[in-house]
Amino acid sequence: MPVFYGTEIESPLMLGTAGYPSPKVLADAFARSGAEIATVSLRREAGGGQDFWSLIQSLGVRLLPNTAGCHGAREAVTTAQMAREVFGTDWIKLEVIGHTDTLQPDVFGLLEAARILAAEGFKVFPYCTEDLTVCERLLDAGCHVLMPWGAPIGSGLGLNNPHGLRALRAAFPDVPLVVDAGIGLPSHAAAAMEMGYDAVLLNSAVARAGDPAAMAAAMSDAIRAGRAAYLADPMERTDMAIPSTPVIGRAFL
Amino acid sequence: MTLTILGGGVMGLCIATELTRRGIPAAILDEAPSPQACSWWAGGMLAPYCEGESANEAVLRHGLGAADWWQAQGVPVTRNGTLVVSLARDAGALARFARRSRGHRMLDAPGIAALEPDLGARFSRALFFEPEAHLAPRQALAILSERLGRTDTTAGTVIDCRGLSAREALRDLRGVRGEMVVIRCPEITLSRPIRLLHPRMPLYVVPRGDGVFMLGATMVESDRRGRPTARAVLELLSAAFALHPALAEAEVLELGADARPAFPDNLPRIRRVGGVIHANGLYRHGFLLAPAVAGMVADHLQHQTRPEFMDADHD
Repeated sequence: MPVFYGTEIESPLMLGTAGYPSPKVLADAFARSGAEIATVSLRREAGGGQDFWSLIQSLGVRLLPNTAGCHGAREAVTTAQMAREVFGTDWIKLEVIGHTDTLQPDVFGLLEAARILAAEGFKVFPYCTEDLTVCERLLDAGCHVLMPWGAPIGSGLGLNNPHGLRALRAAFPDVPLVVDAGIGLPSHAAAAMEMGYDAVLLNSAVARAGDPAAMAAAMSDAIRAGRAAYLADPMERTDMAIPSTPVIGRAFL
Repeated sequence: MTLTILGGGVMGLCIATELTRRGIPAAILDEAPSPQACSWWAGGMLAPYCEGESANEAVLRHGLGAADWWQAQGVPVTRNGTLVVSLARDAGALARFARRSRGHRMLDAPGIAALEPDLGARFSRALFFEPEAHLAPRQALAILSERLGRTDTTAGTVIDCRGLSAREALRDLRGVRGEMVVIRCPEITLSRPIRLLHPRMPLYVVPRGDGVFMLGATMVESDRRGRPTARAVLELLSAAFALHPALAEAEVLELGADARPAFPDNLPRIRRVGGVIHANGLYRHGFLLAPAVAGMVADHLQHQTRPEFMDADHD
């Protein structure tokens, strides 16, 4: 069970709320996914999104507001402060975008914003790269969760740097780690969980599927399978075949 | 039967027209069509197959008759189909759109050039939805409106078609903001709506004649009606530029924004609340679905049937 800032969550699947064909389809996807945490964006709907937010709130899940679309620390901090007022939670998924094409996090702005927000009592979930130094600094800044990307937001490419993600898991065995962004398929999500990640956050993979609710169920199954496999302690990989039945003792004819 | 229709946008006008056509007089309580109506800002595409790519199947089923209905009311309807294209780097998006929709055939560059000479050199593949059509929304509203009677008091049965303004009675209605740009670009000729599939900035361009084009439309979960944001205009114009660089030389005639009324499944509803019949929630399918919803309202009034889009009565 992932524990984020002292709150234990049953489901390791966190689901975004953007880009679904309708709020009804979104609600169906949440029901099938079993997700208990929904990310919700404040920025683009600023000044008129109350109806949509009420629909999200009626899902009965915990809200994780994000600062999606913010391009600098100051903007992200202001958005986080507004989100705390609007949604009544001090949880914030901190996104500071550094590059327009790839939507890569601006890790410098991220760190600056994380420091300010942590000092203001926010519980910060930083969307970051898998860079060990960056992650170390984010922990120093007061983050108790890390959310490294799998691949660029909305790309569906999966886990671009499995080695880096594994190294991060090994470096911070006690920090809740969530793969955020880039997941396209259940197998990507399962792979993250098999590495020992605590949770997976995805949005487009479900919202942009032909049947979002069915994909949400598939993601949920894959994440459970990946988690169970991690806990079952998978066998080591070897380059040589190791037969499961002994060769010695067979009749040689 | 005395009927008063509240709201002179596309929903109210279609219901009044349909009732009048069936010999039931209905008067509209509203001003003549104006920028106050959300349908004023519409694209006017009658594109049930394209919409069917992402919308509920009911949109396709009930949208198929729209072009005939509008034409039967004397509204000019252009039946040239729809062309759907994607940029070379998003070729997968076109294949996916083809897989998830029907009513189309794939064209190669000569095929595109034969339909739209200005696009033939720019795209090597396109989906052609031949049965689709489009109309000019403001003209269509004006044609229906000028034939209908008006009133300034409610009498008899009230049919409320006020879109988002009816929200106090329809608690599950929400606004979905849309922003649009109208440009004039005599350098380019297009004969049908063009849809550009783009992962970030999907765009449609609807020709209005005389080198005028409507570019639309954003979809933002917000009921704010104010003017378009810089971001929306930037995205629409950037996507237009990607469709054809000559569009960058266009004159910007108009920027518009409004909020579409929508229910949680983005399908329309006919609903009795107390003594009032509401017809609302056309979402982005105003001109496409209003004729079908109008038919359902008329059926309900004439034969007491409970049509597909009618839900449980509310107090």
